[in-house]
Amino acid sequence: MQTAHLLEIRHIDKRFGGLTALADVSLSIDRGEIYGLIGPNGAGKTTLFNVLTGLYVPDGGEFEFEGASLVGLKPYRVAESGIARTFQNIRLFGNMTAMENVMVGRHVRTRAGAIGAILRTRRTRDEETAIRGRSRELLAYVGIAQQAGMLSRNLSYGDQRRLEIARALATEPKLLALDEPAAGMNATETAQLRGLLEKIRDDGVTILLIEHDVKLVMGLCDRVAVLDYGRKIAEGEPARVQRDPEVIRAYLGGALP
Amino acid sequence: MASWTERLEQLRSHRAAPWIGIALIVVSLIVLPFALASVGTAWVRITNLAILFALLSLGLNIVVGFAGLLDLGYIAFYAVGAYCYALLASPHFGLHLPFWVILPIGAALACVFGVLLGAPTLKLRGDYLAIVTLGFGEIVRVFLNNLSQPVNITNGPQGVTLIDPFRIAGVDFSRTDSLLGLAFSGPIKYYYLLLLVLVLAIVVNLRLQNSRLGRAWVAIREDEVAAQAMGINTRNVKLLAFAMGASFGGVAGGIFAATQGFISPESFVFVESIMVLSMVVLGGMGNVWGVVLGAILLSFVPEILRYTVEPAQKALFGRLLIEPEVIRMLLFGLALVLMMLYRPAGLWPSQRRKREFSETDHG
Repeated sequence: MQTAHLLEIRHIDKRFGGLTALADVSLSIDRGEIYGLIGPNGAGKTTLFNVLTGLYVPDGGEFEFEGASLVGLKPYRVAESGIARTFQNIRLFGNMTAMENVMVGRHVRTRAGAIGAILRTRRTRDEETAIRGRSRELLAYVGIAQQAGMLSRNLSYGDQRRLEIARALATEPKLLALDEPAAGMNATETAQLRGLLEKIRDDGVTILLIEHDVKLVMGLCDRVAVLDYGRKIAEGEPARVQRDPEVIRAYLGGALP
Repeated sequence: MASWTERLEQLRSHRAAPWIGIALIVVSLIVLPFALASVGTAWVRITNLAILFALLSLGLNIVVGFAGLLDLGYIAFYAVGAYCYALLASPHFGLHLPFWVILPIGAALACVFGVLLGAPTLKLRGDYLAIVTLGFGEIVRVFLNNLSQPVNITNGPQGVTLIDPFRIAGVDFSRTDSLLGLAFSGPIKYYYLLLLVLVLAIVVNLRLQNSRLGRAWVAIREDEVAAQAMGINTRNVKLLAFAMGASFGGVAGGIFAATQGFISPESFVFVESIMVLSMVVLGGMGNVWGVVLGAILLSFVPEILRYTVEPAQKALFGRLLIEPEVIRMLLFGLALVLMMLYRPAGLWPSQRRKREFSETDHG
C-alpha cells in the first residue's frame, strides 16, 4: 500500500489518428513537491496536461488522484476534485477584469444558484462578499492587487501569467498544473515567478510544471521527468537527469563524435 | 455666504437627490397612460406592446448578451407562452383557468422548450448555433400552423379566438372601470400590470448579471475551455441560460395572448425573432437598461413613422408614393447600418462591451 502519491499516472497512451502523442507514460507526483515536466517541442507535455485535466480521454492507461480514478471525467469535475491548471497560450477571460477572472475561479467552491441570485438571499450576499474578499487576497498574493480593476487582456504579459495562477489558485487546488508559466518572461519576471511558485509550494500546494527554461526547472523542481516523442525517457533529480545521455541526445540530436 | 451654484451642488449631493429622481420617474410612468390615452387609446396599446418587447429583449439578453449564445428562434418561446395561455383560457377547449395559474405554467413550459433547444446545441457556437435556433423557431411555428389535424389542438392558421382577459378580484381587464373619476380602460390596466412585470424582469436581470451565475455565463462567452477548467459545468450553466431566457418569453407570451384576445401563428414569424435580437443589439447587448431602451425605441419609432409618413407624403405630393411599411423597413435597415458603423456596442452599452469595443489590445 502506497497512498503517499498525490497523483499516480500509469501507462497512459494517447493517439491522434496515426500520431502517437503519448506512449506508456507513467509517473507519480508526491504531496508538496514541485515536479517538472520537460522535453523538446511536440514531446507530448501539453497533451499529458490535457489528458490529466479531462480535455482529452486517454486511449489507454489510467491515473489516480488521491486514490480516486479521474479517467473520463469532465474538466469541471477534475477541477472540483482539486486539480487546477493554467494554459500555455494564456486563456484568461479577456473582457473581464482581473478581479472578475479570479472570482470566476471561486465558482467551483461556491454554491449560489439562480434562485438565490434573484431573491438575493442572505446566504448569497454573504457568499458574494466572501468571493470578493478571497479574490482580492489572491490578487495580492500573486502581486497584482493594483491591477484588480483592469481588463485582463490589457494586463502586461507577466501579469497575465500571474493572474492565471491566481485564478487557478481560487479553485483551491491540491495540485496546480502550470503549462510554461515563464514563457516570454524576462529574467526579472522569471525570478519573481520562481519566488511565487516556492511560496505556493510552501503553502501546501503541489505543483506540476511544464517549462522550457532549463535554469528555472533545475533550480526549482524537486524531481523532473523528460518526455520525448510521447515517451518518458528519464526521471529523477534535476542534476542527474541533466547528465543523462538519453536526455542530451533528445535535446541536442545525438552526442558529438 | 453660499452662492447659488454652491446651493445647487448641495442639493445635488443631498442624500435624497437620487430618490427625488426616482420619484419623478415613477410619477411620470404612472401618469403616462392617461396622457397617451388623451391622444388616442391606440398609443396605450402601442406602449403595452413596447413593454412586451422589452420583456422579450430582457429574456433574450440573458441568452445572447450574457452567455453569448446567438439565438435566432427566440420568438418560439413567446409563441409557447401565448398558446399555453390561449388554450387554457378560451372556449377552444372550454378551459378557463385564472391567469395566475397559467402564467407560471407558460413560463415552465417555455423553460422546457428552452432546454429542448439547448440540449442538442450545447456543442455549437456562433453561426452553427444560429442556424439551429432559426430552424427551431420555424419548427414551432409550423407545428402551430398544422396541429389542427388529426386532433385539433392549435386550430391551425385561424388561430385561437375569444381568449379570456386577466381578472383579478372581480376586476376584468377588458372592461373600462371608473375609479376616483378616472376612466381605467382595459389597455391602461394592462399597462400597469406590464409595468410591474417589467420592473420585476429588470430586477431579475440585474441580479443575475452580478451573480456567480452571471459571471459563469460571461466566462463561457469569453472562453469555454478555460471556463470548464475553472470548474464551471458549462452544460448546466448554458441550459440554465436557455431556460431562464425562455421563461421570460413564456410570461410575455401569456400576457400578449390576454391583451390581444386573439392569437395565430402569424404573430410568431422569423422576422419577430430578428426584431427582438435587433432590440438587444441596438440597445446595447448585455446592458439591461440599454436593452429596454432598444426595445422601446424599436417599438415606437415605426408607429410614429406610420402616423407621420402618410400625412407628410399627402401634404407634399398630394398622394401616397411610398407605403409607410416600406419606409419603415428602409429606415430600420439604415439605422442598423449606421449603428454598426458608429456605435457598434449599442446605444447604451454595458461597461464591459464598451471597453471591448473601445480599448485596444496590448500584448
